[in-house]
Amino acid sequence: MRVSKSPWLLHYDGSSCNGCDIEVLASTAPRFDVERFGIINTGNPKHADILLCTGGVNSQNKDVIRQIYDQMPDPKVVLACGICACDGGIFKDCYNILGGTDKVIPVDVYVPGCAVRPEALIDGVVKALEILDEKERAFKKEGKRSLTSSEYKALLEEKAGESETKEDTDASES
Amino acid sequence: MAGKRSVIPFGPQHPVLPEPIHIDLVVEDEKVIEAVPSIGFVHRGLESLVTKKDFNDMVYVAERICGICSYGHGYGYVDAIEHIMNIQLPDRCDHIRTILFELSRMHSHILWMGLMADAFGFESLFMETWKIREKVLDMLEAATGGRVIFSILKIGGLRHDVSDEMLKGFLPVLESIEESIRNCENTFLNDTAVMSRLKGIGYLSAEEAARLGCTGPFLRASGVAFDNRLRGYAAYGKIDFDVITSGEGDSYGRCKVRIGEIYQSVSIIRQCIETMPEGEVSVPVKGFPNGEYMTVIEQPRGEACYYVHASGKKFIERMRVRTPTFANVPGLVKTLAGCDLADVPILVVAVDPCISCTER
Repeated sequence: MRVSKSPWLLHYDGSSCNGCDIEVLASTAPRFDVERFGIINTGNPKHADILLCTGGVNSQNKDVIRQIYDQMPDPKVVLACGICACDGGIFKDCYNILGGTDKVIPVDVYVPGCAVRPEALIDGVVKALEILDEKERAFKKEGKRSLTSSEYKALLEEKAGESETKEDTDASES
Repeated sequence: MAGKRSVIPFGPQHPVLPEPIHIDLVVEDEKVIEAVPSIGFVHRGLESLVTKKDFNDMVYVAERICGICSYGHGYGYVDAIEHIMNIQLPDRCDHIRTILFELSRMHSHILWMGLMADAFGFESLFMETWKIREKVLDMLEAATGGRVIFSILKIGGLRHDVSDEMLKGFLPVLESIEESIRNCENTFLNDTAVMSRLKGIGYLSAEEAARLGCTGPFLRASGVAFDNRLRGYAAYGKIDFDVITSGEGDSYGRCKVRIGEIYQSVSIIRQCIETMPEGEVSVPVKGFPNGEYMTVIEQPRGEACYYVHASGKKFIERMRVRTPTFANVPGLVKTLAGCDLADVPILVVAVDPCISCTER
């Protein structure tokens, strides 16, 4: 694995129960220490390369997540930490949970667990570093950048539209 | 000459507080005139899950109200159901529950010390306290299997026993934790630079704290001796402890109370291990709960109430939780008004806010 630079990490607590958040913080503390990889927990989206999202998306925070994501410079990687960020988890059936982080922004690495263990999280971050390197190469060579949240939204809508028409034709055929 | 008023947003994504709360700070020059909180970023609608999940499975949901005070939330829910169903728990179960409760209080307070150190810009102290916290988490992991969310509680007792050898093995670890906390305490309470950031910041008098309905260490730091553990639930009735208060009423006092409570927890755990009775840790449970009950317990952050209404079916009808941070928000808004802009993170963290509990 080639780690070409020290990636900075931004953490946003979606609607998580704090369990994953304290594990994210614990992985920057001495026992697990992601600073070994040159990773620093920053508070500013404009300095960040990796976005760690915990918790599901709800109607209040979906625009906040979009905004934070769009403010991050390219190349960037998104990590969904914990099962709630992956698909809603135990709160999937709650009325105010729309689903996982990938409902609003594109996610590169999914790290399940309730709460996510720091070891799993570090493994996810190391995987994210590889993706970050790849994205950087693509960005430098072809100027390829990540989708913005509005492009991603359009893509999701398009996909939903496609599957709907497919279902319609299926229904009419049968 | 009075300056122009402007509004500075604080959160929902902020370097100091990992949790999303939004506060509009109305500032005039460097002084905060008014703080207007707005919430709802973590609202999941968790209480409504009672109509979709079996009352036994709800224990897991209750534990996930908050990941920091998760054990207490599970305890409150289980305790309410056990009272409705008239279940008498074995003594050993009560003692082990008390030990786990105090361990989770320790981990919560040590975590808070770290966040506080981070808030006044002492990064290495943050690292130091979180290093100590890992020892507490190791004990919890050995006893329950989980680092953050334990899932050892069930209606009618505990899922599995914690052996006497393991509990005895905790004693030297507790001693080493006490020693390391003592080192940190010296920096927190006697360091001139730290003291200048804490002393006199966010003063709240005893009358005011009581009138605003504050609770937990926030209230006790203003000199009001109020602790729900004195009610004697679990094994607290058989254990000797004093309520820790401080007359300062400022951020320094809040630090002092919480650090004092860590030593108190160690002493409670020691007493529990010494007087640990033999026997089973759970009793068989039959049937469905029918009736209503309100449990009040002392969480690391203060008083928490759990109301359960059941009508003899598989699903309970209503669950309601009132959390300590919710009670402390009026106190926080009061201390924020009139403070310096640079002190806002300290004041917010000094309350030990848990937004996830508050909004559920």
